[in-house]
Amino acid sequence: MIYLDHNATTPIRPEVRTAMLPFFDESFGNPSSPHTVGRRVADAVDGSRAQVADALGVATDTIHFTSGGTEADNWALKGVLDAHWLKHRSHGRLVTSSTEHHAVLDTANTLARHGVTVAYQPVDENGIVDVQALMETVAASPAPQLVSLLHANNETGVLQPVAQLGAALRERGVLFHVDAVQSLGKVDLQELAQVVDLMSISAHKINGPKGTGALYIRPGVEIEPLLHGGGQEQGRRPGTLHAAGIVGFGAAVEAATHDGLASMARLGELRDRLQDGLSDLVGDVVVHGGNVDRLAQTLSVSFVGVEAEAVLLGLDQVGIAAASGSACTSDSPEPSHVLLAMGVEPRVASSAVRFSLGWGNDEAQIDQILEMLPPLIARLREMSVF
Amino acid sequence: MIPFYTTDFGNPSSAHPFGWRAKQATEASRSEVASLIGASPREIVFTSGATEANNLALRGLLERVSDPHNRGHLITGVTEHPAVLDVCDTLELQGVDVTRLPVDAHGQIDAGQLRDSLRPDTFLVSLMAANNEIGTLHPLAEIGSILSDHPALWHCDAAQAAGKIPIDVKALGIDLLSISAHKLYGPKGQGALYVSRRRPAIRLAPLQEGGGQERGIRSGTLNVPGIVGLGTACELAASEMQGEAERLQRLRDRLVSHLTTNLPQLRINGHPEQRLPGCVSICFDGVDGRDLLLQLQQDVALSAGAACASGHAGPSHVLASVGLSDEQAASTLRFGLGRGTTTQQIDTVAERVVEVCTRVSALAS
Ligand SMILES: Cc1ncc(COP(=O)(O)O)c(C=O)c1O
Ligand SMILES: Cc1ncc(COP(=O)(O)O)c(C=O)c1O
Repeated sequence: MIYLDHNATTPIRPEVRTAMLPFFDESFGNPSSPHTVGRRVADAVDGSRAQVADALGVATDTIHFTSGGTEADNWALKGVLDAHWLKHRSHGRLVTSSTEHHAVLDTANTLARHGVTVAYQPVDENGIVDVQALMETVAASPAPQLVSLLHANNETGVLQPVAQLGAALRERGVLFHVDAVQSLGKVDLQELAQVVDLMSISAHKINGPKGTGALYIRPGVEIEPLLHGGGQEQGRRPGTLHAAGIVGFGAAVEAATHDGLASMARLGELRDRLQDGLSDLVGDVVVHGGNVDRLAQTLSVSFVGVEAEAVLLGLDQVGIAAASGSACTSDSPEPSHVLLAMGVEPRVASSAVRFSLGWGNDEAQIDQILEMLPPLIARLREMSVF
Repeated sequence: MIPFYTTDFGNPSSAHPFGWRAKQATEASRSEVASLIGASPREIVFTSGATEANNLALRGLLERVSDPHNRGHLITGVTEHPAVLDVCDTLELQGVDVTRLPVDAHGQIDAGQLRDSLRPDTFLVSLMAANNEIGTLHPLAEIGSILSDHPALWHCDAAQAAGKIPIDVKALGIDLLSISAHKLYGPKGQGALYVSRRRPAIRLAPLQEGGGQERGIRSGTLNVPGIVGLGTACELAASEMQGEAERLQRLRDRLVSHLTTNLPQLRINGHPEQRLPGCVSICFDGVDGRDLLLQLQQDVALSAGAACASGHAGPSHVLASVGLSDEQAASTLRFGLGRGTTTQQIDTVAERVVEVCTRVSALAS
């Protein structure tokens, strides 16, 4: 099988596995226990926290481990707006975009039901939020506010101008949360981390384990916990720490930053080879977000006239795993909210396939796809009813 | 677990063979978890641990109490884990009336007092199966029968009990039950909440929203290896529970009898029979527990109480509630026996404890 769905999840790397295994076996202690067995694990957790903090260029105690990116997103939004409520007894305001991940969109909906005002900034045809327009939206309200934006879009890989926005928002004293789940390990986040207040990351997108993520919280940011009970993570996130997962996260971050840029350059070449090949060999394809800065390993492409599901089924039969939209929404047949927000016609949006490359992919695999896919699309187009 | 990190690493929400294989594995685990507690697979929601499961059960239900003038009434016990008690504190701030039932000297609530505390607007009773510090079991069958003719739901934190004593949610009448994998030889960072499919349906508001996994009750990419680990741990626990319980019981009795014979000033906390087989909490009157821990730490990993509270100063709320003075609580150690514990280890520990206690009390006098 050729796996081209790394934005959904990734395999762990051998060095991550090696780092994790002892924490299932002899180093199984509870890091909160005061005895040697526990302290040894606590030390490893601290080491991992330092690895993650170093990758972001932030202080160690700003990293709070969670069960994943979804929890980090939910915590950031609900926690900050809860804190607003407790402090000001007013509901506050959330400004976000229409192309966010569902972990932010669904949370925003719930907050809106509870009385928070939510503003959704539109994106242009490339999927990008206009910085000036967003700042105007922010300026229009005197309420305490939180702005939440996705750094790299999980479907298209398109990068938002978050660094620029961060500086502008900092100047206005408005809190800024960035979902960096897809950009961690693919883009250097150190500069960005200096201008955001909260940042969500997740291990399983960077060859680390599922079920572990983190929320960066800048010192001084007022945020209520999402979960209560137990004093872990400075009293902010209770629950026995997932030591093996956390150690795996540290090792994965370390590996990604170590060879990150080099491997992104390599994956970028492979992605371009795939994109150019498909454009040449298939014809009538639409690349989404192709004209702007985006993740080097992501390609979202519509084969106009065929349903994405049919393409995926055909690909599956020849041993290629790709995705339509994001993994979490692939159960529902509706076209992607991200592409629709970019003004893509529903018909074109519903034929979008996402190829996301990662560690383990090579040129031979790309060439194999370029061999298999054109005849498949041609066959589907012949059979197509539209 | 390991293959689900490396070769079968797919996201169970993905529509390709990597995803399908991952999904198949999580569904097999769901059945194993369900069968350990007599539930059906569709009643299991995977979480990141029992802390999250407890939060989801308690907070998720409150969200459904829609009358803003009466947020309802909740009953819990004073010896619950902080993952229940701290949530109750926040619910109280939001207007829920909370009754915290006291316990007797053995750590059990009084069933009659539970019955008397029920009100027409009681929507939830949260009482744990087994206490994590002293191992006492609440009178589960009695609680179930009292609640059988009251609309209040029963949430049971079974993080310490699941896999160690038989629990049948249907026979007991439990509506919501929290499990933690790492307490039953599974991985940390994995748990589950049992949500009964009773009528009228229990609808929980999610804590974590997003991809819509776990029927929307708990979004987030599933921790497939963790889930597989939990499932396997449940399967093993189910088949080994009885033999292991008997073995631990013998070891525990051996430890206690050795210690009581040699140390007269000793008090065993918790219920003499209604308790977890492998957990024993002992108060060494007149000996400082921290001192004892320090002297023993080269050879024995023990704790003064709950691990999650270890960072906290202040005596245990559980020990205080069964009537121990601050001083007695500070003289208490918890011995948590388990699958790796052998007779030889027990003998060594007993000897070491007697030796250190004798030395320390000689010094003190
Ligand atoms: C942009 C983005 N945010 C959040 C998440 C959720 O992270 P997790 O899968 O760790 O819950 C994902 C992945 O599903 C994502 O792509
Ligand atoms: C009774 C009880 N409930 C809940 C928990 C929390 O479980 P977890 O560590 O999985 O969050 C624990 C253990 O710490 C416990 O002993």
